[in-house]
Amino acid sequence: MEAAMGLMRRIPPNQTETALSALLSLMPEHSSDLLSQVDQPLQVLCDVDSGKEFILCEYNRDADSYRSPWSNKYHPPLEDGPCPSLELRKLEIEANEVFTVYRDQYYEGGISSVYMWEDENEGFVACFLIKKDGSKSGHGRRGYLQEGAWDAIHVIEVGPEEEGMAHYCLTSTVMLSLTTNNESSGTFNLSGSIRRQMNTDLSVADGHLCNMGKMIEELEGKLRNSLDQVYFGKTKEMVCTLRPPAELVEMRLPDS
Amino acid sequence: MAEEDETQGSELSDKQKREIAKWFLLNSPAGEIQYVARDVRSVLNDDNVYNTAVSEAFPLYNKSHLICLKMPDRSGDVLITPFSEINENEYLDPRTAQVARVDHVEQVCTEVRPASDEELPSPYIEDYRCVLDAELMKYVGEAYPKGVHSVYCVRGKDVEEPGSDFELVVVISAARHSPQNFCNGSWRSIWNVEFKDDLQIVDVRGRIQVGAHYFEEGNVQLDAKHECKDSTIFQSADDSAISLTNIIRHHETEYLAALQASYSNLPDSTFKDLRRKLPVTRTLFPWHNTMQFSLTRDITKELGIGK
Repeated sequence: MEAAMGLMRRIPPNQTETALSALLSLMPEHSSDLLSQVDQPLQVLCDVDSGKEFILCEYNRDADSYRSPWSNKYHPPLEDGPCPSLELRKLEIEANEVFTVYRDQYYEGGISSVYMWEDENEGFVACFLIKKDGSKSGHGRRGYLQEGAWDAIHVIEVGPEEEGMAHYCLTSTVMLSLTTNNESSGTFNLSGSIRRQMNTDLSVADGHLCNMGKMIEELEGKLRNSLDQVYFGKTKEMVCTLRPPAELVEMRLPDS
Repeated sequence: MAEEDETQGSELSDKQKREIAKWFLLNSPAGEIQYVARDVRSVLNDDNVYNTAVSEAFPLYNKSHLICLKMPDRSGDVLITPFSEINENEYLDPRTAQVARVDHVEQVCTEVRPASDEELPSPYIEDYRCVLDAELMKYVGEAYPKGVHSVYCVRGKDVEEPGSDFELVVVISAARHSPQNFCNGSWRSIWNVEFKDDLQIVDVRGRIQVGAHYFEEGNVQLDAKHECKDSTIFQSADDSAISLTNIIRHHETEYLAALQASYSNLPDSTFKDLRRKLPVTRTLFPWHNTMQFSLTRDITKELGIGK
């Protein structure tokens, strides 16, 4: 497993799907570990009742069916597929609506889904998913990207309420790939995947949704910033190490 | 890797395992194939399959990454390229007129021998090759702190005098491996230079590929490619060397500027199409006041019009 995870850290992030299916076929005995530890690009299905698209993940899957957050029904239909309790389903419906607005304000498009389920410790787990196709042909408002994929996965464990407080543990993953392509600069692709965690105890007075939302907004913003500033910055630094920028060279090399 | 789908639930054949292993090896970022090989070996858990995969994948990887190996007896570096390949384990270094024997999997040069006359170009061609190599030496030395280059004749190496076409290939390879800083990268450029005697012109085709991998608590990779064309007039060896070096310098400098422009466009344009830094409202999301968003739902519910 360690070696498999080592490979996933080196293979180009935009090849994750191929790499994962290769590992699954090489080590079928580790398939559940692989599926839970390797994040893969999110898939989408259309809810037949509402006509809206929803995101597929391990958390809304039972057998080969996936539960839609819009109709609460499994696609393809499944008898006795697990559903959250009535109370939790109420929160799930609200979270989906609010998260749709959040997603629209930050992403100007894309698809989002929120799933919730009870866990063993009298708390619950919520999974907030966003998928955005930022390419020219997708939801790219500005039309700069030949290809642009963003997948965000936020899994948040909410502990039982104690004296008006609850413990929140958020794990966020962002996977992205962006490609620009034009005559003068050729093909330029950056792809990446990073994951971070955040733990806090918060008063439940403001409501779970408010607490979870703020945490997700903060961590998602941090992930975006570190991709932009740190990770992309480091690859740029590497390019400049390989070939220092022109102005430095010209200082030493007057034009002949 | 189409065969993967068919094999779900059943045992993979050795051939399928080998193909998968090769896929991982060939997709290794610059300078990381040895680490990938170690992990592939342990995932495969089958040394026979591993050894075959490695023996097939390493030569391909080394040639496409234009890796640079030190020749023994301090006679310099040899580049592993498809243009200098005499046979799978022997590569010509035209500058020293030597042939280097390499161990692909260990990525070392084990011995060198003088090149035979048949392996080297004619004096006429060698003149063009050699002065271009020397002219490029100045440029590569200035532009690439760790750059290595070589010039090969890939067509018409036995041409003895003016009157026939021939083709040279310039290879520039610069790699930087700093695993302690979680960062590796490589710059590779390949320039095909066709001397067309009848037209008295020289056509130049360049392919540049730049890769970088940063992997501290994450995995982010740059993969950039560019192709360009140019031409100049067919001149004496010395004059050709100068104008060709100028062409290469010009295009590579422009490409670096284009790469930097791609980076500076990220925050405000390209990356913004994936996710904005701030919402369209330019203020953080009002999580305290989300009633406004679910209000419509409550009303429809109360009026009994939802479904």
